[in-house]
This record gives sequence, structure tokens and C-alpha cells, in this order.
Amino acid sequence: MNKIDFAVGIGGENGQGIASTGNILALIFARRGLHLNAYNAYQSIIRGGHTFLTIRASDGPVRSMGDKIDAFIPLNQDTMDRHLHLLKSGACAIYDKEKVTPGNAADGVQLCPMPMKELTKGNKLAVNTAALGATLQLLGIESEPLETVISRQFMKKGDAVVAENLAIARAGYDYAAQNFTAFSWKAPRGAKPLGIITGNQTIAMGGAAAGVKFYAAYPMSPSTGVLMWMAAHARELGIMVRQVEDEIGVMNMVIGAAHTGCRAMCATSGGGFALMTEAVGMAGMIETPIVCVDVQRAGPATGVPTKTEQGDLWQVLGAGQGDYARIVVAPTSQLDLFHTIPELFNLCDKYQCPGLVLSDLLISEGTTSIDPDDLNFQVKIDRGELILPNGNGADNGSGAIAAANPASGYNDKAYLRYKNTPSGISPRAVPGVPGCIFTAATDEHDEDGTLISDEFTNPQKRRMMVEKRARKMQGAIKDIAPPQLVGQEEADVTLVGWGSTAGVIREAVEKLAGEEGIVANQLAIKWIVPLHAAEIGAILGRSKNVILVENNQSGQFARYLRSETGFAAHGHIRKYDGEPFMPHHIVEAVKEQLGGKSRLSVPVHEVNA
Amino acid sequence: MSATTEPTTTPAPTAVTTPAKEPGQLTKETYRGRIHPDWCPGCGDFSVLAALQTALFELGLQPHQVCVISGIGCSSNLPGYVNTYGMHTLHGRALAVATGVRCGNHDLKVICTGGDGDGYGIGGNHFVHTMRRNVDLTYIVMDNQIYGLTTGQCSPTSVKGMKTKSTPHGSVENPINPIPMAMVGGATYVARAFSGKQKHMVQMFKGAIQHKGFALVDVFSPCVTYNKDNTYQWFNPRVKILEEQGHNPTDLHQAIERGFQWGDEIPIGLFWRRTDLQSLEDLEPVLHTGEGPLAFRNLGISPEQAKRLIQELL
Repeated sequence: MNKIDFAVGIGGENGQGIASTGNILALIFARRGLHLNAYNAYQSIIRGGHTFLTIRASDGPVRSMGDKIDAFIPLNQDTMDRHLHLLKSGACAIYDKEKVTPGNAADGVQLCPMPMKELTKGNKLAVNTAALGATLQLLGIESEPLETVISRQFMKKGDAVVAENLAIARAGYDYAAQNFTAFSWKAPRGAKPLGIITGNQTIAMGGAAAGVKFYAAYPMSPSTGVLMWMAAHARELGIMVRQVEDEIGVMNMVIGAAHTGCRAMCATSGGGFALMTEAVGMAGMIETPIVCVDVQRAGPATGVPTKTEQGDLWQVLGAGQGDYARIVVAPTSQLDLFHTIPELFNLCDKYQCPGLVLSDLLISEGTTSIDPDDLNFQVKIDRGELILPNGNGADNGSGAIAAANPASGYNDKAYLRYKNTPSGISPRAVPGVPGCIFTAATDEHDEDGTLISDEFTNPQKRRMMVEKRARKMQGAIKDIAPPQLVGQEEADVTLVGWGSTAGVIREAVEKLAGEEGIVANQLAIKWIVPLHAAEIGAILGRSKNVILVENNQSGQFARYLRSETGFAAHGHIRKYDGEPFMPHHIVEAVKEQLGGKSRLSVPVHEVNA
Repeated sequence: MSATTEPTTTPAPTAVTTPAKEPGQLTKETYRGRIHPDWCPGCGDFSVLAALQTALFELGLQPHQVCVISGIGCSSNLPGYVNTYGMHTLHGRALAVATGVRCGNHDLKVICTGGDGDGYGIGGNHFVHTMRRNVDLTYIVMDNQIYGLTTGQCSPTSVKGMKTKSTPHGSVENPINPIPMAMVGGATYVARAFSGKQKHMVQMFKGAIQHKGFALVDVFSPCVTYNKDNTYQWFNPRVKILEEQGHNPTDLHQAIERGFQWGDEIPIGLFWRRTDLQSLEDLEPVLHTGEGPLAFRNLGISPEQAKRLIQELL
């Protein structure tokens, strides 16, 4: 036990090198074998403004940004003013003594003013490097790892820049050794070196593992990281990447590519998804498997482009007009995104329907440590009833259809693309297969694809086709794991969340047990549609007190849960200020609710605006 | 107008340029779809369908190697009437879907069909961007200058002053002229045809399908029910075939000038063609690895590739 758990907070203007400083620190920690979580609170501005990066590391699991800052690096006065009051005894504030003046710090906070002009020899851009050196010294980390990472970081800029930055880092390191008191603990070492990764990267890598051959996107924060990874690796991996004129075009292109037999994918945020929704319905109607990721940000409309929220649940549930089968999943972490994308592709291929992923800014842009052994790219691939001309599709004997009709155009009538089967799943030939000619139509159609919308009326056929498509979800739910209760069965309170809040809720449960003597357990829900309503209802029915935790104002999941299971949560913790939950927000709200003070808690994010 | 509902071209067998190699001889019947068109009697679209079937036959294209993709509207019902693979997509989205289809399987001949509202109105953004990408596909717009399926409202190509159900006092807006728009938009084959001149239309379609790059054929395809202004009788004396007038389709200025011509004389034919620009598919290295269409390739990545990806994270 006695894990050492610490956090570094770096703040300043956009353009002051916060991201690269954070990246250097994260790499140093990960190479040391530490688990970490980094969250960057930033604003929609390229230069100026305020950005604050929190990197929390430990030799134990790290599932959120945590509650405290140990080493605080304010690169400007603004950052000092906004965050200093949050530091607790034992923390250090490292800053340029000529540029930044501290306010009133709590007792026990060590102020570490540095003569940055002298240490950097006047290079204003390298103040962060000197501060990094000092921070590592205070954390008890040797200077070699910093030098290795700095050398790599600045390699492209030439030897002179590398040498200058190394000298500045060393100057900062030595200055701290001579003038400040190191932390009473030392940054620990983990079992083996780890890497660092964001959720947008794991989404893209999950796609690559699944065999995505076509990726299209329109840039939109906070989903653009997926496009950038795909574009950077497209040629190496044989993936076609297209930046399209708008999200309407994105989804239609993805459907076109998927219709030919490609695994095709796109990612966007809520506004882009809103434009895609008619086409998502097309994928449902013509039964084309596609995967679309909605990286949620605070809405509605343009909303707060750089802030997180879980506000798109009902948009995704109701995407497009009419009833149609879709699969909706909200992965719980960066690593879970990696595993979920290939699994979802298999489900979409099998059930020939769109698959929608709800990620959010928190996990998509948030950085985490990753054990390379957890990234297995050799995933199971199941393409369902797909018929390709070269037999590269499903091994279901469907190749016989193609073989029997080498010349095409003559025996096509035997093939029913939308055959009414007990499972609702029909054999899926793609253009280019001889002998299976059909037209995929967004109008309601018969089993062979011909329109019935132009008939006077045909209630029997319409009902048959609606039920055929709907029936697919009865099979799909059997392929989806029901959620599991984490923690003791007997508990004072059950915390329910969906998607990205799983990590912070888990830490809140640990904190409740460790610091408050409150026994809580956790139900993290990932698969949203189809929903294991019976299993969830049974678990929650046994709970004394169910509190639903979500990152939106109206309780979107609480309402969905009630509509699907009839179960109404006893209490709610909701946060919709743009920032993610911190563990203590949940802990304090649970205490408040167990004390009978409230049934709805809205935690306050403690930072000076 | 009755003359236009039946194909006017009966090609001789010698016109087959690429005889089918597989058993079963291609005939014009091969391209007949499962169902008969439900267009109004006399609709210009019958002629377009017949001309397309003739063009496919004369080019000897196997039905399974062709994908006809449409949006929504009267004319967008066409894919169901031709025996090739088809997609009857959403209103305005045929070109976006078709670009995806070409990316997924660049061995397919892709032909998009639709109306003026579908292509130049709701689909206008995709029209512009598909042209600049020079995606190798043929886009046939059955331009009747009216919204037919919604029972007669004005369209992006309705002439100024035209009275429709949505412009009862006459449209005050200027129409789109798709010919110069396509030329400056990056289309590399820009032609116009007329449902009353089906033999000529077949030539325009064949040229478009064989062209490597984005080919637009805007077809005057009269709506006999809702457009009482731009009828066969109106077009017949006006249309003049460029090929009979010595037009040079590689002369940009001449092409633009003829493209703007409207009134007593309206040119049809090939306005503009350039062959110096590569198509999107030509320019995309991922399609030229010798592994065939993306859609039929092996999925997943190799252990060596995975190792490299992981190395980037450390």
C-alpha cells in the first residue's frame, strides 16, 4: 500500500509551451513506469487566454486528474492568481520571480521563486524548461531522463537548440537543489516502462486494428485528433483518409465506402453528428455497417468547444427520423476505446447496422499511461454475412452465389439482399459480385430491394421489413456483455455512471471507503443500445440508495434508465460547467445526499474565473 | 413528345466495342431493371434511361461492374430501372455516397443520376467539391427546371420570372447555369443533352463514362406535368448540337461563351473536356499498392506495423 500519488499543474497562456512541457513530463513519468492521467483545461483560442494542464502520476492506478496539485508551475501572473489558493500544505509553487508575484498561499506551501532571466540567459521561450528542471529535482527524479526527453523533443531543431535547452534544464535543476526543499517523498518507480496515449489515438488505433480502410472527417474539436492520427498513418497502413466538405458529406461517403465492403469510420463532435444524422438513418435503412464516434463537447450549438460534457446521449439515441436498429456504446477509458472499436465493427458487420460511439473531450483529449502489452492489434474479426467477390468476406458458403453466376445480369433474381430471416440478418453482397445485383434504397423496399413506397399501400410488406430490421437487436444484445457491479454487494450507496465517468467514480468509491467510512459500490454502464435493462434493473433493485453521476444538466442517462427499466435513481450528481468531475466532487455530494440534505448535487469547480 | 418516350437508337451488333467474355451474350435487355418506371407518360426521363441502357450496352459493361447511384426525386428513381448495382440514397447526397463507393472500389464504373434540385440545390456543396476532386464518375442530371415529386415548386434552374407553386408571382431569383459552373468548378468533361435527341445523348453518355475524371451531363429532360414553360416544343427549335457547329471542347473561352448562351439558340453537346488533370483515384497512393480495391483487401495490420505504432508511444 502507501502508493505515492502526486500531481503537477502547469498553467499559462496558449502558446507558452504548456502542451510540450506536459508532454515531456508525461513521457518522463511513463518511462519511469508510473501510471498517469493528464487533463488540459484550455480555451478556444490559439494564442493567449488561459490553459492549465494537470498531470497526475502514481505507482498505483490513476483514473482521473485527482483532487490536488503538488507541484504548481504558473508561467504567468494570471495562472498564479487563479490557482494558488487551491494549493494545500506540502505543495510547491515554482515561478519566475521577476514576472510573477505570489498572492496569499496556505500555510505549508513552499514558494519557489526562480531567477528565470538569469537561468535561461534571457530566452523567454525556455522558462518552462527551467521550471521543468526544478520540478523534477523537487520530485526526486534524476536529471538524465529529462535530458533524454529534451534531446528527443528538440532534435529536429538542431544541436544548438538541444544544447541550449539541456543547459537551461540543468540550471533549473541545480538552482532548485541549492535553494528549495524537495518533497518529503520521492517520485516512485513502476514495474516497467509505459507509454502515453490519448483517447483520440486509441480510437484511431482501434480502427486500424479493426481493419478500417476508409476514414473521413471534417475537422471539429475535440475529435480532430482522430483525423490527424489517421492522416499521419494512412499511407503506411493502407487507409484512405479524406477530409470532406461537411459532415453530411462525411457520413454519406463513409456509407458509400462501407457499402462496397470496406470497414469505414468517422469521428466528429455533437454539431457534426447533428449534420450526419439523416445519413445515419440511411445506414439503418440500407443496412450498411458503419462506425461513427461522437466526441462530445459542451453544447448546444457551438457551445464550449474546448470543454467536456456528456450531453449528446439523446441526440445519438434519436439520431435520424424513424425507427431503426443501431448500436450505441460509451467506452469508459482510453484503453476501453481501443478495445471497443474492433468489437463494435464486428457487431455492426454481423447485424448490418450503424454503430455509434459516445466519447467525450475528457477521454478523447485526455492523456493516459499505457502498457504496450495492453495494445493487442491482432483482434478478432467477424464480418457476418458479407459476400465479397474474392471470398474475403464471411465464410458462410455465400461464395457459391458468385461462383454460380460468373457472367452476372442473368440469375440475379434468385438473390434477396433484404431476405426476411428469423434473425433479421440477410446475406450482404457488395457491388462487383456477379449474380447478386440489387439496388440499396432508402425508400422502404421489399426483400429484393424494390421500392414499396411507390405502391398504393402495402401494410404487410412494410410491417415485415420494419420487424426484420428491428429483430436484429434481439440477437445483438446476446453478444453484448451486461454491466457488472464493482465493489461489495452490500453497500450504503450505489454510484451509477455511463461512459467516461467510470474512472473518477471508481476513485470516489475508494475515497469514500478510505476517508469517510462509507461503503459504496459502482455500476458503470457502457453499452447503451441495446441495453441490458433486466440485468441493470435487478442490480439496482437490490441497492439501498442509487445515485446517478453524469456530466450534463438534465440527467440524460437518468431519464433513459428510467424509460428502459422503470427504475428512478434516488439521487443525482450532475456537473455541467465544462470541467470534468474530480473525485472529491462526488465524495462530498454523496455525503450531502446520505445526510438527507439533497437529492440533486451540482458540484462547484473550484477555480477562480 | 410521344416520340421521345421510346429509344430512337437501335445500335447494330457491330457497335459492341467490348464483347462479353463470360458465357451469356450481353443484349440491351440485359440492362432492363426489375420494375418498369413509374414516371408520368411523356416524361423526359424515359429517354435518359433508354440512352443510358444503350450506352452501357454499347460499351459492353457487365452489369455487376456498374453502380448507378441517385439521390431523391422523380429522376432519382432511375437506379431501380436499370439492371446494375444501384443505390438510391438521400436527397442531394448521391455524389458524396458515390465518392465513397469509388474510394472503396475503384474498379466499379460509377454513374450518378438525379435531378436539378437534388444536384444543384440541396446537393450543391457536394457538387462543387466532387468536381474539384475530379472523382472519376459520370453525373447525369435530369434537369427539368422544376420540383416534380413535390408537385411543382421552383428549382435552382427555374428561369427568372417562372411561375410555380412556390413562386406564384414569378421567381425573382437568378437560376444556376450548371455548364459554366461545372467548367470553373473543376469538372473535366462538361456536356449537355436533350431528351428529344436521344441518339446524341447516347454519345454524350458514352463519352462521359469513358472519360477518366468527373463528367457532367446536364440533360434537358422536360417535366410534362409541372413545367409548362420549358417543354419539348420549347426546346426543339432552340437546341443546336455543338458537334455539328465545329465547337472545340478544349477551348476554354469558347466553351464558357457557348455555356452562357440561352434564348433562341441553346447549345447541347460537349462543351468542355480536359484530359491533363488526374482523377482523385489516380492521385491517391493507397489505391496503387497492387492490392486491388480497398473493399476486398485483407483487414487488420501486421505485427510489424503494430510494433511501430506502439514504439511511437514510448
